[in-house]
Amino acid sequence: MRHNKAVNNKYNQDKFPDSKGHFGLYGGRYVGETLMPALLELDEAYNKIVPDPSFQFEFKRLLQNYAGRPTPLFYAKRLSEHLKGAFIYLKREDLVHTGAHKINNTLGQALLARRMGKTKLIAETGAGQHGVATATAAALFGMECRIFMGTEDIQRQAPNVQRMKLLGAQVVPVTSGTCTLKDAMNEAMRFWVGAVRDTFYVIGSVAGPHPYPVMVREFQKVIGDEAREQILENTGGLPAVLIACVGGGSNAMGLFYAFMDDPLEMVGVEAAGKGIKTKKHAATLGEGSIGVLHGSKSYLLQDENGQIQEAHSIAAGLDYPGVGPEHSLLKDLNRVQYVSIDDEQALEAFKTLCVLEGIIPALESSHAIAWAMVEAARRPQNEIIVVNLSGRGDKDLGIVSGL
Amino acid sequence: MINRINQTFETLRQKKEKALVGFITAGDPNISDSFSIIKAMCKSGLDILELGVSFSDPTADGPVIQRSSARALKEGINLRAVLEITARLREETSMPIILFSYYNPIYAYGAKAFYKDALAAGADGVLVVDLPPEESDEMTSQWSGNDLALIRLVAPTTPLERMAQIAQSASGFIYLVSKTGVTGSDGLDTEDIKEKIELLRSATKLPICVGFGISTADDVAAIASLADGVVIGSAFERLIEDNLDNPDLASILANKVNEFKKATKIGSRLRLET
Repeated sequence: MRHNKAVNNKYNQDKFPDSKGHFGLYGGRYVGETLMPALLELDEAYNKIVPDPSFQFEFKRLLQNYAGRPTPLFYAKRLSEHLKGAFIYLKREDLVHTGAHKINNTLGQALLARRMGKTKLIAETGAGQHGVATATAAALFGMECRIFMGTEDIQRQAPNVQRMKLLGAQVVPVTSGTCTLKDAMNEAMRFWVGAVRDTFYVIGSVAGPHPYPVMVREFQKVIGDEAREQILENTGGLPAVLIACVGGGSNAMGLFYAFMDDPLEMVGVEAAGKGIKTKKHAATLGEGSIGVLHGSKSYLLQDENGQIQEAHSIAAGLDYPGVGPEHSLLKDLNRVQYVSIDDEQALEAFKTLCVLEGIIPALESSHAIAWAMVEAARRPQNEIIVVNLSGRGDKDLGIVSGL
Repeated sequence: MINRINQTFETLRQKKEKALVGFITAGDPNISDSFSIIKAMCKSGLDILELGVSFSDPTADGPVIQRSSARALKEGINLRAVLEITARLREETSMPIILFSYYNPIYAYGAKAFYKDALAAGADGVLVVDLPPEESDEMTSQWSGNDLALIRLVAPTTPLERMAQIAQSASGFIYLVSKTGVTGSDGLDTEDIKEKIELLRSATKLPICVGFGISTADDVAAIASLADGVVIGSAFERLIEDNLDNPDLASILANKVNEFKKATKIGSRLRLET
């Protein structure tokens, strides 16, 4: 439930991360030595190439002409009226090319890879949206592409597997562990260790070793930049609250970042799966403890011996026992409140948005919608809520109709 | 305290021999068999033991060690149990014991308690696969001394300048990763390894042990002719996996150690001849 603390907008984003990628206690580079030189090279290239005006020009042009940005900020009138509370605005990342915010980041990273002279891309994927977005960027730039995906996710997100194959990517089924996103990331890291000299690893969230969390935030911050401008233009004021779902946390960081200094609340919505008390959930920030996984320190779902525990969510993209390190710091600083929504509530929100607004949201984004419905109902009509509708739900029809 | 690692390398140097370093996942296939296997290996020519602490998500390991970690975890292994095995082994052998771990189990245990308990159990060093020099202060700053050797990895991708930087904070020996890739990958390029060893020798006086992808006696001899020690991991674990129900499992491993130890002797002579 909502914490009634005063909004803390003292998060100084210029201070984080430090030069070694630490967000306070969190972040860093916890990888084997074989990968360290590659991460140092990437950090140097990122700092040199990305701020360059010619890179920025090319990136912005692609976002506009290829990905279809800016995406609209849509006032969900019928949903708002139905809830009889605050006004809900949806940031329509579902309308961007490939159907989710992931493309913003993959275009940025693929562009950087090309300028670094790397010819091959690899990526992990859960829901398949990051895999599709990476395969898309690879096709656009004529690069080889290999996507690691757990067999459980291959089954439940089949349409995205077909899309990746059509786009010319090789989809590598991962059968270790729980056969989901965590294991796909393990396998991508293993593959990268052996191919590090010519291969660029496109990480899909604000997770992984430095510089990935800061780099992915940089490529995703366009969501918040646009949304801030759009809401000011549309309503003449700032929203009272921002809401986004959090698996690794890239769409949330993308939306929140531009508003960090503003006097407003931010809520990250984790997946409560079958319920927090069942242990079958993915509420890493809500229920986890601090540890090191996939190259950075952050909150994790783990046992007392430091073994990682299984996550669970109906949304493959949230089914991950870790979270981006910056979210861990934002939680500790109370700058962002982290809540959770279970499978059933997410499905309910999914259906509601379909019939009230004619929009089929991704199951991941449905978690954010579900929380927005809770918030809107108890807030006055002069308040505004901005929700990141991070992706479209076509990929989820099998899951929803199979229930 | 007499440092068992330094002493081992000194003794081997005098005998003109090379170190056979063996990695075994503690608790695989179960805690009691694992103890018997390790004990038998220690008596058959192993010079240094690397005792693997299993982690649920071993991103630097290939399928063989992944499966061995999974078997050990299923048997309920954890860092505390590995320290108990270490203490029991210490009653049987004076061989150096290196704990080989990912960082998260140590972080969860607490770096301060780990240092104290590892030394009390009789461990001589620790190698933390995913803790590069950039991040390791947070662990070592909690240590109350420096009696636990910090074994560091140097990779094929590590440039010379970084080798020197790594060597500065290392002790015991340097573990040179023979190739890019996870543990147990195929193929060994001895020419390339020779070059890397020469480069690394210009950066450190510590003994150099080479590991990753060494699986046959010929490989062992070839590496022993170049380095101060040869590390075998997946080859032992594969043997365990292939003989899970074999009552002679311990002696099968012991025979393999014996074969590899002989190969290190052939290898050390190779160098003297050339």
